[in-house]
Amino acid sequence: MSLPRMSARSRLVDRPGWVVYGLLAAFVVGSALPLYWSFVIGSHTKAEAMEMPPPLVPGGHFLDNARRVFDTIDFWQAMVNSIIVSTACAASVVLFATLAGYSFAKLRFRGSNALMGFVILTMAVPTQLAIVPLFIIITDYGLYDTLLAVALPTLVTAFGVFFMRQYLLDAIPDELIEAARVDGASMIRTFWTVAVPAARPAMAILFLFTFMTVWTDYMWPLVALKDNQTLQVALDELAISGQGQTTDYALVLCGTGLATIPLLVLFVLSGRQLVAGIMQGAVKG
Amino acid sequence: MLTDDRPGPGAGTESGSTTTATEPPDGRLIRRRRLSRWDLKFSPYLYISPFFLLFALVGLFPLLYTGYLSVHDWDKIYRQRGDFTGLENFEFVLTDPIFRKALVNTFSIFLMSSVPQIVVAVSIAALLDNRLRASTFWRMSVLLPFVVAPAAAALIFGSLFADQSGLINATLREIGLEPIRWHVDRLWSHFAISSMVNWRWTGYNTLIFLAAMQAVPRDLYESAALDGAGRVRQFRSITLPMIRPTMIFVIVTSTIGGLQIFTEPRLFDDSMSREGGADHQYMTAALYIYDRGIVDGFYGRASAAAWILFLIIVGIALLNFALTRYLTRRNA
Repeated sequence: MSLPRMSARSRLVDRPGWVVYGLLAAFVVGSALPLYWSFVIGSHTKAEAMEMPPPLVPGGHFLDNARRVFDTIDFWQAMVNSIIVSTACAASVVLFATLAGYSFAKLRFRGSNALMGFVILTMAVPTQLAIVPLFIIITDYGLYDTLLAVALPTLVTAFGVFFMRQYLLDAIPDELIEAARVDGASMIRTFWTVAVPAARPAMAILFLFTFMTVWTDYMWPLVALKDNQTLQVALDELAISGQGQTTDYALVLCGTGLATIPLLVLFVLSGRQLVAGIMQGAVKG
Repeated sequence: MLTDDRPGPGAGTESGSTTTATEPPDGRLIRRRRLSRWDLKFSPYLYISPFFLLFALVGLFPLLYTGYLSVHDWDKIYRQRGDFTGLENFEFVLTDPIFRKALVNTFSIFLMSSVPQIVVAVSIAALLDNRLRASTFWRMSVLLPFVVAPAAAALIFGSLFADQSGLINATLREIGLEPIRWHVDRLWSHFAISSMVNWRWTGYNTLIFLAAMQAVPRDLYESAALDGAGRVRQFRSITLPMIRPTMIFVIVTSTIGGLQIFTEPRLFDDSMSREGGADHQYMTAALYIYDRGIVDGFYGRASAAAWILFLIIVGIALLNFALTRYLTRRNA
C-alpha cells in the first residue's frame, strides 16, 4: 500500500528476518488451536471425547455426531433463519447507509455537521442495554418469536453510515456530481449513476460485515425468539440438551463446527475484502 | 461543492447560471427549476431520514423508555405499570449484592481482556508492518478467529477449560501441576472468559492498528534511522504517537463492547440456570439485566441496571478518551 513512497534500496534492506515470521507463525498457530481442538473432539464418539488424556488427532465420527446434532435440534431451519435474517439486515443496512453516507459526504445541507455528530454519538449507545423495552415493543406488536423482530434492531447502523461517509468523501470527485447536475440529472438519478457505482466496493464490505455481525449475534435472538431459532441460539439448546449429565462435548463441538462452516466458506471467498474493509474503516476514521 | 441558495439546474456553479440566464423564461422551465431547487434542498434530508427514523425507533426510544420503566413499579405477571416509584429501583439495584458482584466481574473480565488484547494487537501489527512475503495470507490468518461466533467460541473454550476433561487441565496434570477449577474459582473463570474474548478480537484490532501504522510516512523512519534510532526507539517515538487517534478509537470501542459482555459468561456456565456460575462468580452486568428483566420479568430493576451500566460505559469511554490523549501526547 505504501510501497511507492519507499525507495527501492530501503525496501531491500527492510526485508524482515525469520524471527518476524516465526513470531507471526506462533501467533497464528496459537489462534488456530481452539478451532483444531473443536474439530478433534467433534469427530470422536462421546466416550472417546471424555477420555483422559483427551484425544489430540481427529477421529472418524464427525458424520455420526452431525446426525446426532440434526436429531437434537432443528439445525437446517435454524440455518435458514440465520441466512434470512443476516441477508435482510445486510441489504437494509447497505441501502440506507449508502444513501445517508452519500448525503453526509457529498451534499451540503443545513445541520449536516450536527446531524453527523449525532450519528457518531449514537455509535456509543449500546442497543444491547435496551433489551427490556425492545422486548416489550416486539411483544406488544405481536412480533415476538418472528424473524422480523430479530432483524429490527439491525436494519440501520450508525457504523454503516459513518463507514460509507468516510469512503465516499474521497471516492467521488465533487466535479462529477456537479457535471451530472449541470446535465439536468435529478438528485436521485445522480445518486444512482454517480454514487452507487463509486460506492460498490464499500457496499460489498459493509454487506459482508453486517452479515457476519447478525449471523454471530446471540443475545438479541435469545430475547426475541422462542421456537424459531437462529443458529447461535440453537447451539445454546444443543449445549444444554444433556440435562443434568456432563456436557456431551462431541455433540456440542460438532454442532459449533457445522454452524461455523458457512462463515468459514465466506471467509475463504472474501477474506481479502474483509481485511481491506477493516483496514479501510480505520485508516480514514 | 453544492449550495442550496441559488435557483436553476446546476445551482451554485458559475457555468450553470450563465448558460441558463439567456434562455427565455417560460412556465415549464420555471416549474422545472423550482422542482429542481426543492430536489436539491430536500433530497439530503430524505436520504438520511431512514437512518434517523429507524434509529429513533430501535435505539433512542428504547433508551428513553428504559428510563421510564426504571422509575415505575411493575407487576411482573401482568406486565402492567404500577406507581411511580422514583429512584427505588435504582436503590434496589445499587444495594443488590448480586448486581455489585456482577459489576465487579464485568470490570475484572473487561480489564483482563482489553489490556492484554491491545498490547498483543499492537505488537502483532508492528510485525505485520514489515514488508512480508504473502502479506495477505498473514492478515487473513490473523483474522481467522473473527469468523467464529461468540456463542461457538464460548462452547469451544468451555470444553478446553472443562474442569474434568479439558485439554488445559490435562496439560497441567501432565506437567505435574494442580488442575485449576476454571468454572468454580472466580478469578480463574474470569481468565477463561477473557481468553475467549481475546481470542476472537485480537486479530481484528491488529488489522486496525496495522492500517494506522501503514499510514505513517516511511521517510519518518528513514530519517530516524539516519539519526541512529533503533527499531524500539522508532516504535516508541514515531509509531505510537502517530497511531494515537486509532489507539483512542480501539480503546473506546473495546470499552463499549467489553462492558456489555454477555454471550461468553452465559454459555461458559454449563449448568441449567446459566446465571454466570452457581455463586454468580462470573455473572456480568449484561447477564444480570437479561436474567432480571427478560427471565424474571422485573422490568423496572433491569431497566435501572441498564441505565446504570449505560452511564458507566459513557463515563469510562470519556475517561479513556481523555487519558489516552494525555498519555500519548506526553509520549510524543
